[in-house]
Amino acid sequence: MTPADPTGTRLKFFQTGSFAAGNRLLDAEQRSVQASPERANAITCGHRACQGCGEALGARYALDAAMRATGGDLIAANATGCLEVFSTPYPESSWQLPWIHSLFGNAPAVATGVAAALRAKGNTHTRVVGQGGDGGTVDIGMACLSGMFERGDDVLYICYDNEAYMNTGVQRSGATPEAARTSTTQAVGEEPGAPWGQGKNAALIALAHEIPYVATATIGDLRDLERKVQSAMEIRGARYIHLLVTCPLGWGSPSSDSIKLARLATETGLFPVWEGERGDIVSVSKIRRLQPVEEYLKLQTRFRHLFSPTRRDDVIARIQAKADRNIERFGLLEVDSEELEHSEEQELRLEGGS
Amino acid sequence: MLKQIEGSQAVAQAVALCRPEVICAYPISPQTHIVEGLSRIVKSGQLKPCEFVNVESEFAAMSVAIGASATGARAYTATASQGLLYMTEALYNASGLGLPIVMTVANRAIGAPINIWNDHSDSMSQRDSGWIQLYVESNQEAVDVHIQAFRIAEALSLPVMVCMDGFILTHAMERVEIPEPEQVDRFLPPFEPRQLLDPAAPVTIGAMVGPEAYTEVRYLAHYKQMQALDLIPEVASAFETSFGRPSGGLVRGYRSSDAETIVVALGSVMGTVEDVIDELRQAGLRIGAVAVKSFRPWPRDEVRSALQGARRVVVLEKALSIGIGGIVSQNVHGALEGLPVSVHTAIAGLGGRPIFKESLRTLFLKAHADALPGTTFVDLDEGLIDTELARMLADRRSGPHAENMLRELGTVRAGAV
Repeated sequence: MTPADPTGTRLKFFQTGSFAAGNRLLDAEQRSVQASPERANAITCGHRACQGCGEALGARYALDAAMRATGGDLIAANATGCLEVFSTPYPESSWQLPWIHSLFGNAPAVATGVAAALRAKGNTHTRVVGQGGDGGTVDIGMACLSGMFERGDDVLYICYDNEAYMNTGVQRSGATPEAARTSTTQAVGEEPGAPWGQGKNAALIALAHEIPYVATATIGDLRDLERKVQSAMEIRGARYIHLLVTCPLGWGSPSSDSIKLARLATETGLFPVWEGERGDIVSVSKIRRLQPVEEYLKLQTRFRHLFSPTRRDDVIARIQAKADRNIERFGLLEVDSEELEHSEEQELRLEGGS
Repeated sequence: MLKQIEGSQAVAQAVALCRPEVICAYPISPQTHIVEGLSRIVKSGQLKPCEFVNVESEFAAMSVAIGASATGARAYTATASQGLLYMTEALYNASGLGLPIVMTVANRAIGAPINIWNDHSDSMSQRDSGWIQLYVESNQEAVDVHIQAFRIAEALSLPVMVCMDGFILTHAMERVEIPEPEQVDRFLPPFEPRQLLDPAAPVTIGAMVGPEAYTEVRYLAHYKQMQALDLIPEVASAFETSFGRPSGGLVRGYRSSDAETIVVALGSVMGTVEDVIDELRQAGLRIGAVAVKSFRPWPRDEVRSALQGARRVVVLEKALSIGIGGIVSQNVHGALEGLPVSVHTAIAGLGGRPIFKESLRTLFLKAHADALPGTTFVDLDEGLIDTELARMLADRRSGPHAENMLRELGTVRAGAV
């Protein structure tokens, strides 16, 4: 494929071989918002996120996509957490859009208030995003989130789920996967790590509110995330995106593995990626190359106790069974021939492009 | 217009006249009639534009108000008791962010034991929250002070709590003058926010502030409240000029200028206090009262000058700081520092116990005779306490006090408030 750039600027090859890339080799309409010099940089450089932080990456893509979708006419309400702390060490702020942080558990309600004020003022053009981590969303913020959903407030809420309270030092949340080591579910005792039979699926809870739009996504497929944010911004009412973001610190993984791990989370079936509308799942991202959960687990020290000093095949099998259930439940492997052809074509194009 | 109207409905109408753009509603007795009234006003289209948001908790109510106020909308909510405590985290946030939200607190006791009746435990527990706290004596004053509250809040960019006694005021039918919309519009200009979430000029609100500036941010919050000591009387005076009746302000004296004994109180109990004072004056006692209208900011100088001529002060309190006693009296003590005035605390009216004239007369006479201890619990059922203390001594597992004492009282007496 011939590299072509309508703006005539010199091509810069970056993140080649990755579906996550904002690749200028694609046709203009297929490009990531990150490929555009006109991007908003909603969360601009200089913030203090860790190297390889999935949340910083996810927030950048999500918000820049939302900014593109709204022509930069956007207000964000943020829960307390990593994203808030690393982006606003006063007097510095990474936010290039109007941004408010109030409390840990109230970001959805603050966003509701912003939306209500805009409505009262007859402002129908400015849009509102609420955002927080998994702790701020699925635990302490759940009541406000559910209230925002059931009232149908005109807010897109994005949960950046890194599966524990990372900001306070990796404590278990309601989104922590079973068997994962956190500082409050230590890798000791007969059943090391997070207990079995606990945890909640916030995206399905959101779906149960029958709001217009719910989607899950990961930073392993940022183009998919951008598309979902775009879709969400084309709709009015309460919308929810649950984004899996890797955390090198909390997961105990190399910063360079952040994208790989997010991709493995979906390729193993552990994190199903889907879209729902008004209570029904309407599309599911199929697994391209099915991977055993072990491939995902072994890269993270939060699961190290499953491999050493004694290999815990029983626990690994239990996690595999969970992935298998997801695969069956969400239909993650049903690929029809047309889609297969299309995806192979895409793959070839991208590989050719790199 | 003069109306015979329930206190809550009067407040709802007064708030509507202030043209709030976002109202957050969550039910809790005895506040609920206010937001019910506003719901009708908004839904019927009498108040436009206004978003009436039925939230899922008081925590959300204050949070929605925070988002709305930061987006430049005049925001209002109302609560009481447990609801005020449930929104505590957001209360501190609203004042810390400098958002001029106005909220009615229909004063009510705090559980356990659960109790829906009036006292000041709820708002007193939030005296350090950074909110201005104005206490009203009557439903007319509740109407008037709400109108003043928006003006004070927006001038200083600070939130204001209007505290009115639950049931005693909120549910009382009284004659109240409801101002005309044009009058209120002239008195209360549209909200011009000092800070605003606006995509045309993006700002970051609510950033982390470390030790390098936290003290200064806090100092400024204090400084603004101190400015309110000038502003509150100014607004009260402007109100009197516009509406032709006195309302609000910092403190109000009643036959106190030559009094040897002065009773300090907040809220609706002032009516009973004044009646007793009138009777005692007729009997020749030099006794008076001072109503504290603004508890935060604390009008130290005004309280001092109102009380400095007295020999003794009785602070009649509808709240209790467990482990020390009176709350207002500590502040009064501070205001009278260095003066030869003795300060007595009288805890009365907790959990809705009626404050009878006879009890006050006994209390005031005892004070006047310098026979009052430092702290008195008015109308305390000492027999009941003794029985329960004896039970505690007899059996380590004596059970829950509240239930034991209710059983002791029996159904008839427990039901007779």
